[in-house]
Amino acid sequence: MTALLRTEGIRKAYGGVQALNGATIEVEEGTVAGLIGPNGSGKTTLFNVITGYERPDAGQVWFGDHAITGLAPDKVFAAGIGRTFQLTRIFPRLTVIENMLIAAQAKDRPRNLLAWFGRDAWTHHRKHALELLAFVGIDRHADVLAGSLSYGQRKLLELAYVLVADPAVILLDEPAGGVNPTLINLIADRIRLLNAEQGKTFLLVEHNMEFVMGLCSTITVLESGADVVSGPPDIVRTDKRVLDAYLGADLDDDDLEATALNKGEGR
Amino acid sequence: MKDRTQTLARGGGLILLLVLAVLYPQAWSNPAVVNYGVLALIFATAAVAWHIFSGNTGYISLGQAVFYGSGAYAMGIAARDWHMQGTAVFELLPLCAAVGALIAIPFGLIALRVRRHTFIVITIAIFFIFQLMAFNFWFTGGSSGLGSPFLSWAPKPYNQNFYYIALACTVGAVLIAWLVGRSRFGLQLRAIRDDEDRARGLGVKAMRVKLSAFAISGAITALIGGVWFYYIEQVEPQTGFNPLFDLTLVLMVFLGGFGSISGAVLGALIIEPLTLWLNTQPAFSGSISEVIIGAIFLLVVLFMPRGIIPTGGEFIKKIRTRGRPAVVPATTIGAAPSAPPASSVSSGGAR
Amino acid sequence: MAREITQAIVDGILVGGVYALMAVGLTLIFGVLDIINIAQGVLVILGAYLSYSLLTKAGIDPFLGLLITIPAMFIVGVVIYWAFISRLRGGERTSMTLLVTYAVGLIIEGILFKIYGADNVQISPKYVNSSVRIFSFYIGWVYIWGFILAVALVAAIYVLLYRTRFGRSVRAVMQDETAARLVGISVNRVAAFTFGIGVAVTAAGGVVFGETNAFNANSGYDLISRLLSIVILGGMGSVGGALAASVFMLSLESVVTIWQPTWAVAVYYAALVIVLLYRPTGLFGQKAVRAQ
Repeated sequence: MTALLRTEGIRKAYGGVQALNGATIEVEEGTVAGLIGPNGSGKTTLFNVITGYERPDAGQVWFGDHAITGLAPDKVFAAGIGRTFQLTRIFPRLTVIENMLIAAQAKDRPRNLLAWFGRDAWTHHRKHALELLAFVGIDRHADVLAGSLSYGQRKLLELAYVLVADPAVILLDEPAGGVNPTLINLIADRIRLLNAEQGKTFLLVEHNMEFVMGLCSTITVLESGADVVSGPPDIVRTDKRVLDAYLGADLDDDDLEATALNKGEGR
Repeated sequence: MKDRTQTLARGGGLILLLVLAVLYPQAWSNPAVVNYGVLALIFATAAVAWHIFSGNTGYISLGQAVFYGSGAYAMGIAARDWHMQGTAVFELLPLCAAVGALIAIPFGLIALRVRRHTFIVITIAIFFIFQLMAFNFWFTGGSSGLGSPFLSWAPKPYNQNFYYIALACTVGAVLIAWLVGRSRFGLQLRAIRDDEDRARGLGVKAMRVKLSAFAISGAITALIGGVWFYYIEQVEPQTGFNPLFDLTLVLMVFLGGFGSISGAVLGALIIEPLTLWLNTQPAFSGSISEVIIGAIFLLVVLFMPRGIIPTGGEFIKKIRTRGRPAVVPATTIGAAPSAPPASSVSSGGAR
Repeated sequence: MAREITQAIVDGILVGGVYALMAVGLTLIFGVLDIINIAQGVLVILGAYLSYSLLTKAGIDPFLGLLITIPAMFIVGVVIYWAFISRLRGGERTSMTLLVTYAVGLIIEGILFKIYGADNVQISPKYVNSSVRIFSFYIGWVYIWGFILAVALVAAIYVLLYRTRFGRSVRAVMQDETAARLVGISVNRVAAFTFGIGVAVTAAGGVVFGETNAFNANSGYDLISRLLSIVILGGMGSVGGALAASVFMLSLESVVTIWQPTWAVAVYYAALVIVLLYRPTGLFGQKAVRAQ
């Protein structure tokens, strides 16, 4: 299987802080992949580099056969990579449906002046947008100002958003963050559906371990800006390096082994 | 359907307003009274033009006087050099609009690359440049300015005719603003206002869109500047490029309600006659109009920060929706429909 | 010719010092508070008129009179902040402050016009026309005092910002208002104080400006447009940038005046436009992009 999305040795520094230090990850086509790591390990920065919101100091980003390193965000978006943001970035003073239409219009260049000012060009965009809103469950609020949605609803809107352009790869930045359990299950459900029925590839950044372990087929762990471990959930869950990364290497190694044994992990 | 009655009511209301506006000079035919109407409508047009760009994108322009004065001067210079007189001069109005649009392009290319508050300051700087040019260029008549060509209308029909011309301009501007508002173009403008970077990331060609709106706004303002010039029969550097002009426009828009077309019109219809009337009162002579405008603006900002129309609208809404919760409730999500099929809209893209 | 140009440059540097003083107040207010104080031009004129009145009515030397006018202008600044700016809220705050200060400036200008009329005046203490000769260049005493004053005040502000507890509060507010509030800093008080300081320096600028130029209530427009150009050129929020830009612009204008006095002012705007084409944040502007 080919890796649809790949980064090679990404390095990025801000002032004196080395946010990314040789991050190399691979996402196979058609999988739901997870990216985890302690705070400050560079997950969001890596997302920003992949989607063009930041330029790396070194390293490459590959999408299929194309190197997309340093492309502007709208080009990355046009290439077929969508992303959501940790702090939802919706347009608060536009209605929910208008938010969707903005995402839609990028893919449909107007042919003439009439398309610019007329409303007909929008009809099938609207239909599609409403379908997506129904898919995530907020179609009832289509004409409400996006700024008055609750946090959970905004996350759903962001998800619908990202789907409008029908990207091949979807990067989700903390999709379950700050959201109640019912909604978390809904989001996980939708991701599974999109992956199973349409073969969409996902890369998630998350702190919610249950969410990640239950959803992702491959997990990569980032620590201090570099990838440390990559593999299926079971392997990653018990890897010593991962525990080090999360708990800190100062802890006595004996204590760690004792903890792992006490959890009854195999042996 | 509730929507239908609302649209009908709105449409009916607009038609009524239009009829009243048309009848106004017939009912009060005293030229001095009609004069109020002419100037109010001139400012209404300029305010709507301001809204088309600044209201939609959130980039506050304090340089509209650049277009206004340029339109006035363009008309004056063309009429003088091409020896035009009488009603033929009105044919120059499209030229004024073109001049406005042409100026907007380099103006916008420089000014729209910077952050919002720097943008405001640049519009002020460009304004001063234009005023300087009006004082110093050989073809602008220097500090004595230009006189308008001769127009052989008697006082009463003079004011009336200009009234209808100004009314036509206002209606035209409102129409354009409305078309922009409901179009894809307008949506892009408003997305830029909310989050320009995200809009760019989604493929909106921000510079192009902003520049287009700026050019439309400039063209309309320049056109009405030409009308104004012909009406008051002269232009000088400090009247064509008047530092008070932009602040007055902003005051009108904020009073009526920032971000709405009707707000812009309402603000102009209130402020301009008020200013004119105050200037005729002997107690308020000289530079007092400056103080008044400044004071009114401060009062509006302090007590009615969102303007009459939104505040009024909210008041009405409060009465209508008494007892209902304000926030959209986070209701539970129902059973999942299956994932919608891949969009047939997307046209290729590098896959 | 070279001598003329050098004299022009020297003049430009000295006058630049005066403008730097006024520009520093403006850029400080922006850098710390995100407020664009359009009224700064008129406030300079207000300071100038105050000094003028002190001189003509009470015979007080303008530089000495600073002991009165600086606190007076400080109070004016604080009042303006409390009465109008502190009530502004919301995301469009910076744009709104610009409009509010514009309005306040108009009001002050109108009042000055009413009190002093349209005639040009100039602050003329006995020494205003005497100059000293250094290496065959003539340098007016006024400029020298003004330059020293500018340096002293800027140094004082620097010390205030970086060596006092208050200065630390100011810098905290500048970086993160919410965090500053959380550690107990009264943001409004700090803001009012800072605004007051930014305005207080206009008293000093007003003295020197008033002694070297004929002015009336309307002179504020020309002044603020130059100050704004200087501040943008130097980078909004950068004190060093304001200094460098002032000296640069004034020297340039001074040199251009040798050949083309009418258009000399245009260099401001031309320079501004050229710089902005290549560096939209100004020469030294390094303020992080705030969410708009």
